[in-house]
Amino acid sequence: MADLSVNLAGIKSPNPFWLASAPPTNSGYQVQRAFEAGWGGAVWKTLGDPVINVSSRFSASTFNGQKVAGFNNIELITDRPLEVNLEEIYETKKKFPNHAIVASLMVEPKQEKWHEIVKKVEAIGVDGLELNFGCPHGMAERGMGSASGQVPELVEKQTYWVKEVAETPVIVKLTPNITDVTATAYAAVQGGADSISLINTINSLMGVDIHSWNTIPHVSGKGTHGGYCGPAVKPIALNMVAECARHPEINIPISGIGGISNWQDAVEFMLMGSTNVQVCTAAMHHGFRIVEDMIDGLNNYLDEKGLARAMDLIGQTVSKYQNWGDLDLNYKVAARINPEKCINCNKCYISCEDTSHQCIDRLIDANGKSYLKVREDDCVGCNLCSIVCPVDGAIDMIEYPSEVAMTWNERQSLLGKMTIGEETVS
Amino acid sequence: MKSAESELLTAVDLKRNFFEVKQDMKPKEAIDEANRCLYCYDAPCMNACPTGIDVPSFIKKMASGNLKGSARDILDANPVGATCSRVCPTSELCEGACVLNDVSMPIRIGDLQRHATNWAMDHDVDLFESGVPTNTKVAIVGGGPAGLSAARELRRLGHEVTIFEAKEKAGGLDTYGIVSFRLPQSVSLWEVEQVEKLGVDIRTNCTVGKDISPETLKNDFDAVLITVGMGQVPKLGIEGEDLTGVYDAIQFVENTKTKPLTEQFIGKRAIVIGAGNTAIDAATCLIRSGASHVKIIYRRTEEEMTAYPFEFEFAKQDGVEFRWLTQPTKIMGDENGHVKQLMCVQMELGQPDESGRRRPVPVQDSSFLMDVDIVVRAIGQSRHIDLIEAFGLNHDSGILQLNDKTYQTSNDQIFAAGDVVYGSTEYGDAMVVSAAEQGKRAAYAIDKKLSC
Ligand SMILES: Cc1cc2nc3c(=O)[nH]c(=O)nc-3n(C[C@H](O)[C@H](O)[C@H](O)COP(=O)(O)OP(=O)(O)OC[C@H]3O[C@@H](n4cnc5c(N)ncnc54)[C@H](O)[C@@H]3O)c2cc1C
Ligand SMILES: Cc1cc2nc3c(=O)[nH]c(=O)nc-3n(C[C@H](O)[C@H](O)[C@H](O)COP(=O)(O)O)c2cc1C
Ligand code: SF4
Ligand code: SF4
Ligand code: SF4
Repeated sequence: MADLSVNLAGIKSPNPFWLASAPPTNSGYQVQRAFEAGWGGAVWKTLGDPVINVSSRFSASTFNGQKVAGFNNIELITDRPLEVNLEEIYETKKKFPNHAIVASLMVEPKQEKWHEIVKKVEAIGVDGLELNFGCPHGMAERGMGSASGQVPELVEKQTYWVKEVAETPVIVKLTPNITDVTATAYAAVQGGADSISLINTINSLMGVDIHSWNTIPHVSGKGTHGGYCGPAVKPIALNMVAECARHPEINIPISGIGGISNWQDAVEFMLMGSTNVQVCTAAMHHGFRIVEDMIDGLNNYLDEKGLARAMDLIGQTVSKYQNWGDLDLNYKVAARINPEKCINCNKCYISCEDTSHQCIDRLIDANGKSYLKVREDDCVGCNLCSIVCPVDGAIDMIEYPSEVAMTWNERQSLLGKMTIGEETVS
Repeated sequence: MKSAESELLTAVDLKRNFFEVKQDMKPKEAIDEANRCLYCYDAPCMNACPTGIDVPSFIKKMASGNLKGSARDILDANPVGATCSRVCPTSELCEGACVLNDVSMPIRIGDLQRHATNWAMDHDVDLFESGVPTNTKVAIVGGGPAGLSAARELRRLGHEVTIFEAKEKAGGLDTYGIVSFRLPQSVSLWEVEQVEKLGVDIRTNCTVGKDISPETLKNDFDAVLITVGMGQVPKLGIEGEDLTGVYDAIQFVENTKTKPLTEQFIGKRAIVIGAGNTAIDAATCLIRSGASHVKIIYRRTEEEMTAYPFEFEFAKQDGVEFRWLTQPTKIMGDENGHVKQLMCVQMELGQPDESGRRRPVPVQDSSFLMDVDIVVRAIGQSRHIDLIEAFGLNHDSGILQLNDKTYQTSNDQIFAAGDVVYGSTEYGDAMVVSAAEQGKRAAYAIDKKLSC
């Protein structure tokens, strides 16, 4: 049994699995049920001045029959009075002293507003604070959430105000609705944040009902953009986490969020630099009990890898994530089709023929049986055929390591030297 | 499968006929199917499993690539979960309850369970540990699924456990009675090994009542659990039963599992008497042994037959012929004392009997003869009355009296579970999965008694 406990900027939890600030953490009843099910921590549904929510709030995309491939919402922050939430936080913490409870906060970008809420929340006893600079709808129109989260100066300033009074670690939750997330991440660092968490939801319109011509979802015939999350956003979130993790001036721990549905996703985020992970959609789809396999699967994985601690995973892949210009241009992979495994659907053939580099041949063997073969010399190693192949192991991408590595940047600087050389010669 | 009619059977064909019929799911097949499961909450499939396997949880773990966790979920609830994935009537249990029956097709829970437990069999992993020693000793009489399940749970609770098993190997009917082409012996023996690995002492070739007395067990152990199952198939009570060529179905199946397959049945005509699952097993074994004509005769009709529909289907596909409303009255032999003909009488259904089923009554002057080389009786199993009486326990025609909450017999120190108590009735056949669950429950009852 490996040690699954993690420590995120001083916030300790028995395992890396936290519930993200969202409906699953709306009340003490829910968070206590979650802790009983095994969740290591919870970021309480964002506290602030209570709001009024609309009816009809969520929608989801179904992909090829799989429900909830992506999830969209137009819900705001908590609609329950602050006092009620604080009382429930207090009770929950008392019952579960070893689990992490972090209060998510969102107020107007004013110093006294931040001071006031931080003091109130910390007085009740929480393990940390998370500043919600991410909510992309509703709150943004009031100058909060992603409206302030998209402006690095506002992120820095508000983080600073919080840090002026905060006694517990401060996590800044970032919005993905920005061109370069490292800009706001860096601003958080400058403001004194102890940690960043990302991503919040992505601006989205789920769909249009082609019969009624209403938006999906709609509120009395009208719709508005919502926040997108769930499995579909995982690659976007993972990249943003990785960009922050490898940034030389962002040196605070990261809490990874976005599309995490099982232990394997969590391992990926941790390898890419997350100290822990937060989950919302997967819990909303299946209930708190999914954490059981997350814990069990992570534990079995660590045992198999011979690792004693979950924290040994953190950041192991970060150094492998680099700029395009630092990739080896002389390295080559080429597809090889394994006729024993191939089921002859010809999907690889048509994808290469129509949309890649026309290097798969359809041949007939001595027994008159058709088979496929890659002309490896012509193959550019794009992976497309192996991506569309429905059978595991039918297409291998064979590696041809380069004798001498040469990156684009090295090539450019060599060329530069040559030109300079030529100039000196001429 | 090759049958006698198609070509001459070779010894190799015979062997192949007894290989497991169903292939393991391919990895992609398993993942595809696992991802189809809805992961229901308070899932009906789980509630329909007598051992309460958390089906959605084990399937979810399979989908996430956590096969170890998946196998553990299964075997935690059911120590003979690998056997059950092969022999449970799933369409009557978990799969029959799957919510997808109503809107699509049920999840292939049995096949997924087999895939996960195959993984455990292929990977030498320790899934369970014995508990902190309690210094209490429990004797278990009979190492079938009920005894093994009880032993595993008692070990996990820290008790010292000794199983006394009459046969050469433990596993009970899983090892000796269920046909190889559904349940290879290796699966049952692997389950036995898992129990042994926890430190259970299994004394095979040791018949209680013969090699060791009930008194010794009562004196040397803090509690005794009786899980001896049922016995052989009883006699029909008609003339000619001692002729050569007359077999007991359970013994017949056991021979195919323990002895080299014989060529003596090739081309023979056989009749199996009875229409429960044992009759089906004997009939399909005969076909696979090369018999050219195999009939099942039953004194009632298809309606009253206790074999499961999928078993019935399987037998028909193997080429077994069914004759309803037929009662054997006499087995006739040739000059060498070998079966030659079976005399039967035609029946018709009369008034309902105490089981609510219409009682078959003979039609007057309807006797007829059938030519036959092999007769197999498969009309249920007898009870271990001698042993029960040697323990001095109350019983009702061989069915132990039991408190169904405490699993105690008429003697407080002696508990019982499995077929010895619940066995087959007129209404249906006994199941491995129920024996396993009763074994577990008896173990908890014993633990409760010993810890106070
Ligand atoms: C032919 C056949 C096919 C079947 N097919 C299926 C099926 O497909 N699916 C299903 O769910 N169920 C099936 N069953 C039923 C199932 O096998 C039983 O319900 C189950 O094995 C009962 O378990 P048990 O542990 O109570 O008894 P058993 O499995 O009978 O085990 C009892 C053990 O006690 C031992 N024993 C007996 N007397 C003594 C003694 N005096 N001292 C020491 N040891 C003793 C025996 O040798 C045996 O090992 C089948 C049964 C038969 C006969
Ligand atoms: C219905 C809903 C409400 C949410 N409310 C909040 C919120 O109040 N505060 C917040 O910081 N994030 C909120 N989020 C964003 C989640 O915390 C999380 O960042 C996002 O859903 C991505 O994770 P996921 O892919 O696991 O769902 C909400 C998400 C959903 C789906
Ligand atoms: S989940 Fe369904 S029942 Fe519950 S509040 Fe939402 S719409 Fe209503
Ligand atoms: S099928 Fe029934 S139980 Fe299941 S989610 Fe829909 S309404 Fe609820
Ligand atoms: S009832 Fe069917 S769909 Fe639901 S959990 Fe069980 S197997 Fe899966």
